[in-house]
Amino acid sequence: MADIGEPRVRGPEKPLKKGELALIKTLIKHPMESGLRKDKETGNVIPAHFIEEVSAEFGGVSVMKATWSGAISKNPFFSFYVKADKSGPLTVTWKDNKGEKWTEKAEIKVE
Amino acid sequence: MGITDNTLTRRSFLGAVGATGAACVAANFIGFPSLADAADAAAPAANIDEIISKDMGPGAIAMEKVKIDTPPKAENGALIRMPISVDHPMEEKNYISSLAIYVDNNPKPLVGRFEFTPASGKAEVELRIKMAKASQVRAIAKSNTGKLYGAVMTIEVAEGGCAG
Repeated sequence: MADIGEPRVRGPEKPLKKGELALIKTLIKHPMESGLRKDKETGNVIPAHFIEEVSAEFGGVSVMKATWSGAISKNPFFSFYVKADKSGPLTVTWKDNKGEKWTEKAEIKVE
Repeated sequence: MGITDNTLTRRSFLGAVGATGAACVAANFIGFPSLADAADAAAPAANIDEIISKDMGPGAIAMEKVKIDTPPKAENGALIRMPISVDHPMEEKNYISSLAIYVDNNPKPLVGRFEFTPASGKAEVELRIKMAKASQVRAIAKSNTGKLYGAVMTIEVAEGGCAG
């Protein structure tokens, strides 16, 4: 499937002061099919295919874990915060209901 | 403690992947799924309070501290911007551990759930959700000590999105 993947993660571009909050913006291509729609021509239910888990680690520690449903929009944008107490990679992992997995990271810089 | 935004705007960020909302609406017109079908198949949630209580724990929900910052009228049901914030400390012994979003009229009301730690710094997320028709939307937050906070609003949908 072509329109899937290409995960993106963006953190603040400028270095932060220790303890400041970093806004993390993420984006990934995914159909986010709920499994509740019917194909009009065949009448068949379009199988569920959505990201069901998103997690973020900063400096090897879990900072955010999300459980998603198929009611989240296609090609999901998602943002959240992390407390920047040190420099290091912020890693985001997306997992869908078919077992496919994507990982992307952004560097958090603390002065 | 300050909040550092970055220079990349949301618009340019989303633009990088193309007009996702437009694509979704177009699909409805070229005879993809019918929203009516989805609505028929979707029995409304029996009791939203029971579902929330099961997910988030029992107890009264204080309707404070949580904010759903979205307009009450959505032009495009395929792409409803949903920024949710909780005005609460994120300290070792006192923090928001969980935040859940519910759409009452969805067959599966739980849209998403987010778990935080004090290292999150702030219990605030933003995402986009789909709604086929008007519904109440709820955001429920739980503290590490089990206290529940919430916000509720009704969102009208001008053009139903990609079902679901």
